[in-house]
Amino acid sequence: MTSTRGRATLAEVCVVACAEAWRGDGAILASPMGVIPALGARLAQLTFEPDLLLTDGEATLLLPATGDGTGERMVEGWLPFRDVFTMLAAGKRHVMMGAAQLDQFGNQNISCIGDWARPKAQLLGVRGAPGNTVNHPVSYWVPKHSRRVFVDQVDMASGVGYDRAKGLSGRTATFHGLRRVVTNLAVLDFGGPDHSMRLRSVHPGVSVSDVAEATGFLLAAPYEVPRTRLPTAHELALIRKRLDPAGRRDEELA
Amino acid sequence: MDPVVTDPLPGDGGAADGDGQSGAVMTIADVVGELRSGMTIGIGGWGSRRKPMALVRALATSDLTDLEIVSYGGPDVGLLIAAGKVRRVVTGFVSLDSIPLEPHFRVARQNGSIELTELDEGMLHWGLLAAAHRLPFMPMRAGLGSDVLRVNPELRTIRSPYGDGEELVAVPARALDAALIHMNRADARGNGQYLGPDPYFDNLYCLAATRAYMSCERIVPTAELLTIGPPQSLLINRAMVAGVVETPNGAHFTSCVPDYSRDDGFQALYARSAASPDGWSRFAAEFLTGSEADYQAAVARFESRQAEEVAAVEGTRP
Repeated sequence: MTSTRGRATLAEVCVVACAEAWRGDGAILASPMGVIPALGARLAQLTFEPDLLLTDGEATLLLPATGDGTGERMVEGWLPFRDVFTMLAAGKRHVMMGAAQLDQFGNQNISCIGDWARPKAQLLGVRGAPGNTVNHPVSYWVPKHSRRVFVDQVDMASGVGYDRAKGLSGRTATFHGLRRVVTNLAVLDFGGPDHSMRLRSVHPGVSVSDVAEATGFLLAAPYEVPRTRLPTAHELALIRKRLDPAGRRDEELA
Repeated sequence: MDPVVTDPLPGDGGAADGDGQSGAVMTIADVVGELRSGMTIGIGGWGSRRKPMALVRALATSDLTDLEIVSYGGPDVGLLIAAGKVRRVVTGFVSLDSIPLEPHFRVARQNGSIELTELDEGMLHWGLLAAAHRLPFMPMRAGLGSDVLRVNPELRTIRSPYGDGEELVAVPARALDAALIHMNRADARGNGQYLGPDPYFDNLYCLAATRAYMSCERIVPTAELLTIGPPQSLLINRAMVAGVVETPNGAHFTSCVPDYSRDDGFQALYARSAASPDGWSRFAAEFLTGSEADYQAAVARFESRQAEEVAAVEGTRP
């Protein structure tokens, strides 16, 4: 039997920290990239943010299971890619993307490592990052917090950070907004000087210096850094019994 | 004066067909025969989903070279790169979905053997929309502030002529010489029907192209289309395409739901093979040397080998 007592695992703390990124968003499309962000978005929809819209990863919008015991999620709408592009341009979306590199002001790289003309390592390509970051809120999920990811300067700005957004004209600058960065060590936001990255909380067992050590630039931090909130018993039960009984959340941190 | 008698053009069934039913029907070879080296070719679908792979395989084994491929890229782009057909890729990504990065694309980028126009995903949509509407560009926010503008120095911005004066990216029209798409069903006139969850951008590829070619799982009588899906599943009308080809299992190994899902076992073999030149030679020798019928027969042999292996493993269980 799956216990809902006992300590939350790191993965479970991360799921809840990801869920918190969507708190207060209301009826917008939540687009999580990755297992733990996806669990976070579903947890938020099941608990404190029931109006969130979620897709099945294809073109169907899904509500939580009806409670009829089948475990089937309920279809509530249709959202093919062409309409995702329109929703995002309308600002009705908050995406949590990954990042191969992320700098102090939130410029994000998922395109390539090295010189773009002849990359040392080709990665995903810019995908939707340029459009997402100038149209609606964006958060990031980094399963392995390290100096390889948190760099002084990204090799390619796929997603737009605050220093670059400052130069944007008209409404574009106001549509830009980076919310959270959730990692395996901590939760960060952009509340530092000039919207630089700031340590918001550290996960259980992680010290501020652990985070500073794994970050390639100077992090802003409050005098006392709180601990990331732990999952409630209800949240743990939902994660363990309903959302991820197979334990896929642990694989992403392995 | 008597009319000049000419040979019928491909796809010009004309009065000889009587019922007009075979008007737009072509063969895979007919389609490839209409394409030329150096062309800009758009390919529908998305990643490893509903790609016109039978047509792509025929392109890969053709004499064509120097192609510019516009695509939400998947194994279509990978196969053509591996076959040495590609000069430039215009895309927002090249992915196999469950395998995030297409292996041939990765190697080609790291070797510098292809040119790349790397766009935001939405920008590619906008470029196709502009071309379909015969506009020079469409304004957009995507790209502003990002390095997409640095690595594509041909991209220009434009200032709104209205009171807001906003600066926006002028996404250039992505006009295509030819487009290739795959549908679940079509009729012989060239009306196409998708039955899966997402139309992707296939109608825009067709309208952005000088000539568009549609492969499909099955050609059915027009009257049957609405017994299969609702009117809104009829994404492609016959004004959009120059020809239709029946290619059963023709999107393999990409998904073509509800007819079939992505073949993950085969995709894994493809990706493993692409990891080394030797592996790829073996893959190409087994699957990519003959006709589409040869390919489908080789896939069937692969699938039955897989099934035997699974059965053998299960047979060893107590």
